[in-house]
Amino acid sequence: MAQQSKAQFGYRRHPDQDRAGAIAAEHPVVVVGAGPVGLSLAIDLAQRGQAVVLLDDADRIGDGSRAICFSKRSLEVWDRLGVARRMVDKGVVWKVGKVFLGRDMLYQFDLLPEDGHKMPAFINLQQYYAESYLVDRVQELPAIDLRWRNKVTGLKQHNDHAELAVETPDGPYRLRAQYVVACDGARSALRGMVGAEFAGEVFEDQFLIADVKMTAEFPTERWFWFDPPFHSGQSALLHRQPDDVWRIDLQLGPDADPAVERLPENVRPRIERMLGHGDFDFEWISLYKFQCRRMARFVHERVIFAGDSAHQVSPFGARGANSGLEDGENLAWKLAMMLRGEAPLALLESYQLERGPAADENIRASTRSTDFIAPHSSQERRLRSAVLRLAAEAEFAQRMVNSGRLSVPAVYDTPLSSADVDVWNAGPRPGASMPDAPLVRGNGEPVYLTEAFASAGGGFVLLESANGEALEPPAGIGRIRIGADAPLHDNAGLFAARYDATPGSSYLLRPDGYVAARFRHPTPAAIEQAVARASGRGWEHR
Amino acid sequence: MTLSTASNFADPDAAYRLIVEAHRGLSEAQSADLDAALVLVLANHIGDLEVLGEALALGRRRTVDAEQQQQQQQQQQITE
Repeated sequence: MAQQSKAQFGYRRHPDQDRAGAIAAEHPVVVVGAGPVGLSLAIDLAQRGQAVVLLDDADRIGDGSRAICFSKRSLEVWDRLGVARRMVDKGVVWKVGKVFLGRDMLYQFDLLPEDGHKMPAFINLQQYYAESYLVDRVQELPAIDLRWRNKVTGLKQHNDHAELAVETPDGPYRLRAQYVVACDGARSALRGMVGAEFAGEVFEDQFLIADVKMTAEFPTERWFWFDPPFHSGQSALLHRQPDDVWRIDLQLGPDADPAVERLPENVRPRIERMLGHGDFDFEWISLYKFQCRRMARFVHERVIFAGDSAHQVSPFGARGANSGLEDGENLAWKLAMMLRGEAPLALLESYQLERGPAADENIRASTRSTDFIAPHSSQERRLRSAVLRLAAEAEFAQRMVNSGRLSVPAVYDTPLSSADVDVWNAGPRPGASMPDAPLVRGNGEPVYLTEAFASAGGGFVLLESANGEALEPPAGIGRIRIGADAPLHDNAGLFAARYDATPGSSYLLRPDGYVAARFRHPTPAAIEQAVARASGRGWEHR
Repeated sequence: MTLSTASNFADPDAAYRLIVEAHRGLSEAQSADLDAALVLVLANHIGDLEVLGEALALGRRRTVDAEQQQQQQQQQQITE
């Protein structure tokens, strides 16, 4: 087996640990857990001018490839955080998936059939690379105080802060925070400390994940088999990662003995049957059972949960890490506004009003996939088999074949949105994330809309299809003007098409790039009202 | 749209016959496979979740649920 620990970081004693007596150091935000979600959230907060303490109980990145599929939306978030280029350069870009029954291909799908997007549909990248690029970025940001081997062992909630007990190699100390964000994973210790339940469905089928290193000529596509000749009666997945590493996922059924199945000498013949040769090395072997579950509430007084600590899904659909990153982007701007005193508590409540249903949707999608891949009864198996056989001939059945519905950004039905008052034939509705489009600057230099958004100030942004005199937006609102006489041109016409942007139309974008409102003929008063609503003002929570 | 339970075939006997004949000579398992495929094809043809839900409810009411009810009644008669 390859060495699993990819990077090691030193523990350093912090002056907070030297405070004698009763007074704990106080910080605005403490993020617990330096995984992809905690690291990204910390960077997002820091870029919004917020000081962050980031605690992690380990001192290294490692333990296998784990999450490997990162979605377009995640890459767009990472681009805003300044890390997407490294991820995409190292990652394996893909968008095509093929589904096989036995030896025969049933159908293929393309997750991004159109051009004009800065980010690809998906990249595959070992989680340890993603984390190590994020740590590099964290180290460029003095606002983030990353403390390794700091394990949270206790929590006390107060009206205006939370107090954490932290264990280190030098012994314990205490920290106060106005808000604690728990990004400490599926086995979250903080979840236990707030006494929250983590209820849901456990799936009995077991799956074997083997990441193998080999040189192979398979295309860069996601291949999924039902009942393949090399693994009869079960399912199999093959997916490429960087460094000639391939993710292989084999269904083993409910009766497999995990202690036996995870032994490399027992995994090897299974992989040899699949590949037809033994010319590979193991990178990582893991045996899984899946759970789909969530916390009822993600906000517990001063402690907020994000990522796997709040919700857990099966891996079919790449909805774990990607939904955690979406949690982070949803929370970062809200928390930053709250801490600056610019928003009421309702804005924080909107985090769970938006991300709760998103978690439900991810659980629903991943449960349906898991049920299709691992039928519960012989009749379920019979129905699935009928779908698979019909799929060779009938399009409707192809659409029912479910080997994982890949992560797409959530669309929020949210009190932060202002309802449409005009007629729109296309474009993202309020509560949806902004689609990208290729633009051109006045000097002829190409720029993507997502890039223009990232450099528009980090707050609310008015995205205008210019029509004559510029509208004066309320103070503090960034702006992007597109049109023949505006700073940015839509030469390809894709912005106009993707936003149904007739001249004069404007979209009000939230700091996370979601649409708050849109207007055919905006007025300063209407924009101001929409900004207030999207900042948590003017609607009651509970 | 709601589920139509009025007779839609000009010749209902012929329609019933067509389904019965499709199962002639098949084993139990083959018949079940055929039925599963048929259900999916017809459900897609209907293409309406509400109608499908009503169809499932009607089917269930007159089979699984009716049988359970009958069994309960028999049980009661025995104990009385």
